[in-house]
Formats: sequence, structure tokens, C-alpha cells
Amino acid sequence: MGTWNEYIIDEGRPPEWPYPVKFGEERQVDVDVLVIGGGIAGCWAAISAARQGVKVALLEKGNTERSGSGGPGCDHWCNAPCNPLSRVDPDEWAEHMVDKPYCNGIGVEIQCRENYDTLLEMEQMGGKIRDTGDDFVGAEGRDEATKLMISPRYGRWSNSVLDPDFGTPGYNPPEKRNNVVIRVWGSTFKPALKKECQRLGVQIFDRVMGTSVLNEGGKQGARVVGATGINARTGEFLIFRAKAVIITTASAGSLWLMSMEHGAYSNMHARTTSGDGMAMAWRAGAELTCMEKAGSITTGTGIKHRWYTGAGDASYENVPIVDANGTKLPYGTQGWADAGTQVVPPALNEEIRKGIMSGKYELPFYGDFPAMKEIEARATWKLMLTEESTTKTMVNVMEEGGFDTSRDQIMSYKFLEGQVPPQWRNANNGGGILTDWDLKTTVDGLYAAGTTLYCPEDHSFCAATGRYAGRKAAAYVKAAPDVEICRAQVDKEKARVLAPTTRTSGIEWKELHSALTRVMQYFDSEFKTERLLKLGLEELDRVEAMASEHLYALDPHKLMRSLEDLSMIDHARMVLIAARERKASSARLGHNRIDYPAMDPPEWDKYITLKQVDGKVVLGELPPRFWGSMKEQYEAHNKDYSGVWKPEN
Amino acid sequence: MSERKIYAVPNVQTPNTPVRFDPEVCVGCNRCVEICPLDVFIPNPKKGAPPIVLHPEECWLCGVCVTECKNKGAISFIYPMPLKPRWRNKETGEVTQLK
Ligand SMILES: Cc1cc2nc3c(=O)[nH]c(=O)nc-3n(C[C@H](O)[C@H](O)[C@H](O)COP(=O)(O)OP(=O)(O)OC[C@H]3O[C@@H](n4cnc5c(N)ncnc54)[C@H](O)[C@@H]3O)c2cc1C
Ligand code: SF4
Ligand code: SF4
Repeated sequence: MGTWNEYIIDEGRPPEWPYPVKFGEERQVDVDVLVIGGGIAGCWAAISAARQGVKVALLEKGNTERSGSGGPGCDHWCNAPCNPLSRVDPDEWAEHMVDKPYCNGIGVEIQCRENYDTLLEMEQMGGKIRDTGDDFVGAEGRDEATKLMISPRYGRWSNSVLDPDFGTPGYNPPEKRNNVVIRVWGSTFKPALKKECQRLGVQIFDRVMGTSVLNEGGKQGARVVGATGINARTGEFLIFRAKAVIITTASAGSLWLMSMEHGAYSNMHARTTSGDGMAMAWRAGAELTCMEKAGSITTGTGIKHRWYTGAGDASYENVPIVDANGTKLPYGTQGWADAGTQVVPPALNEEIRKGIMSGKYELPFYGDFPAMKEIEARATWKLMLTEESTTKTMVNVMEEGGFDTSRDQIMSYKFLEGQVPPQWRNANNGGGILTDWDLKTTVDGLYAAGTTLYCPEDHSFCAATGRYAGRKAAAYVKAAPDVEICRAQVDKEKARVLAPTTRTSGIEWKELHSALTRVMQYFDSEFKTERLLKLGLEELDRVEAMASEHLYALDPHKLMRSLEDLSMIDHARMVLIAARERKASSARLGHNRIDYPAMDPPEWDKYITLKQVDGKVVLGELPPRFWGSMKEQYEAHNKDYSGVWKPEN
Repeated sequence: MSERKIYAVPNVQTPNTPVRFDPEVCVGCNRCVEICPLDVFIPNPKKGAPPIVLHPEECWLCGVCVTECKNKGAISFIYPMPLKPRWRNKETGEVTQLK
């Protein structure tokens, strides 16, 4: 029971829209700081701004309690070199993390310096970060004194850099481990963050989608005076007057993926991850960088059964992978034995493939839970996978279905299913908004944090940068003069937002989404040339023109989805512009130009930036490590940083 | 057999049924409607009746509607058919697929 069709069969008619419809109506809200996107970075930004005594509002498309990639959970708090068990220096670890092309040095330094304080504040709010119930006594990495549990994720190196000694037995002995990743009970985090927002008086607007950032005098690039939003249940139009706006809407998850049938929005992210914030920043005149960065989807495509890793399936954290006959494969398991390699190196992949073809390894492969020590299997199943996120439900339903880690091996699909075609790409964790050391964008009063930033890292990066941006934005508004909204800009935006509701037929959002992803699959794929990229940009103009004439939305929910696709058109445009501008190939950016095949030539070791001035695209560039000395800059900008929040304040 | 009226409706969305409600257990509190990040459900116009799955194909299979429901058994999570996990009993070799 519960489907729409069953309702019609029972009642003889479809249900009416359950919420009051308010298309055309509007409401104005005045605050100091407005946060758009109530995910990990957004909640932290709202909390830290509110703690500075300013008036804060938070917009969230879904329900802040569980929305966003980190909503259901998080099992590992990465790159926390300030934790008491760490064997590395935070500044050195930050340097190590950015010792590769195209990184976010500012965000990484903030992460390494402040994310352990952030975690302790998470604990103050009621998040669980220690094995206080002694459920995992005896698990490797567990520290009895602090009850913190170190994760096997990284060995000597951060996980995106493969250790050159990978595979050498005993190369990562316990006494030499960096201990920079902590296992956490992240399913407790998001509800605690929402509760703290409420306690601090943050005005939360759930089911409200931010649609635009407002500039002074309506002039692109001028300082921020607020933002607009639309309620995804009622269609009410909201106008926010604010001296500072923080964008924390994450990136775009499905620019290349049109399929829903393959299991939800077939990559790791929910449909709500639709690049709105980047589009808003772009339209407001802010500068973005690394937009050409994208890779083939290797994880969580959904066609690989929605296990977190997708590609790795059951292998995740410590679980040995065996073939159909029980032969162990030389496969990274992100565990103690292999020092946490997340991505199986290509040579190893090829070796396994050859083994399959020659009959050395027989398919299917399995994640061999019963071969593990009981406590390690339990830690993977009951802590890592239960807390990780969407896997909690998988753990629950598999247990209900009879799965038992002491007896059963999970089938792995990585090789069985083949790889995702190179046309199916992912822009997530690629390009994004450019900021200074205050996490302020190039538009005054506009801030950004989390995966909305260019080259972001993981959950703890988002939490730490959100917390930092909130603090800086609060300091900014205390000194900023009053702001006034430009009505002409509001009217123009309101007309754009509501246009699809004026039609009842034409192009629905799903068709638009398919058209957009088709453009990306055809014109920004593994075959990149000047001609194809130029054609792609022309195609996007045509798609947008068709949408502006024919896009229709029958209710406020479908209006939100329609607006998301319009955001994604802008996001795609930025990707194509940047891809065209980079006339060289780059391994790290996943950028292969057939017409410029030289891989990472030194003269192209630079960041391409883009923004709009009076509606015209302005390109620029920044040198490697443009953020300067990470340690010095951080210290110069944070003389007043007071560490972990004292609840008695 | 009771007679069922056949209506003219469009093809159903796929996958169609990320969750099932048990009307005997569900109290229609709409907690799942409120918590879902994608707004997959709408409240049932009939007070106390289970919610209606309106946008099933937008579900990202996060499972929070099920984990947050206070009434065990009121709502159960159903992986779409092509995504159902399989496992093998190490000793007997028997392969099971989630139902
Ligand atoms: C399945 C899964 C498991 C993961 N596990 C881990 C882990 O264990 N450890 C780890 O370090 N990382 C993990 N990650 C990554 C981590 O969750 C993300 O990096 C992190 O949540 C990103 O934070 P964010 O604030 O940038 O975005 P999100 O947390 O995704 O938040 C963005 C929010 O913005 C909202 N939004 C978007 N557009 C608008 C708009 N226009 N108006 C209003 N609101 C809007 C969205 O609804 C969303 O709530 C995982 C990710 C996934 C998908
Ligand atoms: S399934 Fe649970 S949460 Fe949803 S309406 Fe029924 S009782 Fe409430
Ligand atoms: S699994 Fe998640 S997205 Fe799907 S209906 Fe439940 S709460 Fe909504």
C-alpha cells in the first residue's frame, strides 16, 4: 500500500496537491547572514555565525534534519591531524595533502587546523565520536584512553595519493601509522546540528530552494544584499535581505547522468545536488575555478548496486575480496593490511582482469566477511557501514533478509558488471567557487564553504570550512553598512522562477534533464576537441532557449526540479567554457584534449578562472599555490581564533 | 473476487516502490513525509492513513524514512529489483538474493 496508483484505485481520483499553492505570493525576511544549503557546511556555517550573536537564516531544499550527502551519516572523519592520537603535524599534513596539482590549499589548511575542534563541538552537541559503550573493544585502531577509534583508511599517505610501497607486506606497521582518520557515529550528526541551529535561534526555512543572490543596485559583481528563494511545497516566493550570504549547496551530481531507472539518480548524490549554488554565484558575478575538472564515474553509480563505493562493492574497509573459488585477490581493501588504498591502481586492475580472462580468477567475486577476525568484521559492518550513510539501510535490510557476517560473503560486481562508459562523468568534487582566506568570494559579502568550493575534500572539510565561513561572515556583517534590495532585480528573478508554472504542457524537467546530459555525454566526453566543445556550448544555448519557451511545471515540487535543471545548464556551460579554455590535457583534471594531447605541460600548470561581468564571460588564471604559505596565511587571518566553543558562552 | 475499476493512467514511474507501508501498523503521523530529503511522499488526505508515494523515482535510497519511523514495521524499505544485493553462504555455496 502507498503508491499513487493504489490511491486512485481506492478513491477514484488523484489526490489534490496537499499544500496551499501560493504562486505569485511573496514574503520578505531580514537577517544579517543568510546561509543557502542546509547540509554539512551550511549547518556549521549557520551555527558558528549565530554563536557570534548575529541574526541568521538557513535555506534548505529538503529537511535540514537529514538532507544532503552527509544527512544519513558519516563513518570517517578524515584528515584530522590535530586529534590526540595523530602522529603528524597539521601544517605538514596539509602541505602533504596539497602536494599534487589542483587542490584547495585554503580549505585544506582550515580543515587540518580546525576539524578536530569541529569534531569536539559535534560531540558537545550530542554527536557520538567515541566508543563510549565499549562495543568495539579489541578492534584495531581503538584507543582505550580516549575511546577514539582510528580508521584504517590512510596509512602513511593521504588516500588520494597512492603509497609507492603499496602492496609490500608490513609496510605500514601500527607504530608508524599517521592516525589521521577517525571512525565516527555520523548518523547522530545531522539531527544534532539542526537542533543546535534551532537552539541558537537560526531561522530555518526547510523546503525552500535558493534561486538567486541579489547584488547592490542589481549590478552583477556588486556587493551582496540578499537572495531569493522559492518554497518547493507552496510555490511562495521569498526575498531575503542580508548583508552576507554563504553558499553551501554542494556541487552538481548528475550533469552527465540521465538515468533514473538504474536506481535513483545513479551517482553517489541525491537529485538535490544540482549545482544551484554555483549557478547562483556565477550569475551574481563571482569567480569560479577548475570547472573543467571531471572524471569518469568510478564510485556509487547505482548500476553497481548502490553500495557506497559502487566499484568496490563489499570490499570496503578491511574486507578481503576472493574469487568464486576462495582465492584471495590482490585487491586494495582500504584496510589495515594495505594501508587504506581507496582506488585500486590501474596496473592492479589490469592484473586482475587478465587473471579473469586466463581463468586464474573465477567470477563472481565476493567480499569475504567470514575470513575476517570477528571484531574487525563487526567494526566494518556495525560501525563503518552502519554509520556511513545510505548503507545503514542496506545493513538493516540485509540482516532482516538473513545475511550474517560470520557466515556469508557479499557478491561484488566491480568486474562482473564492467566499467562505466567514459561518457558518464562526474563533476562533483571538481570545480567550484573561488575564495580568499576568509572564504569570501570575489563578490563582497558572498561566502562559500563545503563542496561548493573548488577541489573540495570530504565531510570534515565541509564541516570545518562551514564553521569558518560562518565566523568570518559574522565578523563581516558587524562592520558592513546597511543594504538595500533592488526591486528590478527581484522582479526579473521572480518572472524567471515562475515562468514554468504558466504552462501546462511542453517540456517537463525530466526531458530537459535528459537533453542536458546528452549534450554533456556527446560534447564533453573522452573525445574533447575545440570543435566538439564549441558545438556543446551552442547546444546548451539551444537547450536553454527551448526551456525558456516550453518548460512547464505542474506543481511547486516539479518547479523546484525544473529550476534545478536550469541551474545545471549554467553549471554545464561553465564546465564547457573552462574545458575549451584549457588547451592542454591534464591527468588530475580528467581533461583529455585530443587536439592538445600533451599531458600536464608545465606552462599549463595553472588554475583557469571564470566569471561574468555585465553578462560577458571573463577568463583569468592563477598560478599553482596561489594561496601563499598555508601556515603563515592561516595564522595571519586567525589571530583571534579561540578554539573549541565554550558552551557557557 | 471484488471488481476493480480500471482507470486510464500513464505508465508508472520506475523504480516505483522504494517503500511499502503496512496500514495496520502505520499511524499516519507523516514523520516520514517530513524527513524525506527528496519529498518523495505526500500526506494522505485521509487522516491517519499511510502517506502516498508520489515521486518514487526521485528516491536516492537513503533509507531515513524507515530508520526515523517510530512504529516498527509501519514502513519497510524495498531495494529496486536490479539493485538487490546477493550473498553466498561460505560453507554451502548457496547464493541468496535479498527479497
Ligand atoms: C553516500 C555518501 C557517503 C559519504 N560518506 C562519507 C564519510 O563517511 N566521510 C566523509 O568524510 N565523507 C563522506 N561523504 C561525503 C560527504 O558526505 C560530503 O562531502 C558532505 O556531506 C558535503 O557537504 P556539503 O555541505 O558540501 O554538501 P551537502 O551535505 O550535500 O549539503 C548540501 C545541501 O544543500 C541543499 N541545497 C542544494 N541546493 C539548494 C538550494 N538551491 N537551496 C537550498 N538548499 C539547497 C541540499 O539539499 C543539501 O542539503 C559521503 C557522501 C555520500 C554521498
Ligand atoms: S510510516 Fe511511520 S513515520 Fe510514516 S506515517 Fe506511518 S507511522 Fe508515521
Ligand atoms: S529512502 Fe530516502 S529518499 Fe527514499 S523515500 Fe525514504 S527518505 Fe525519501
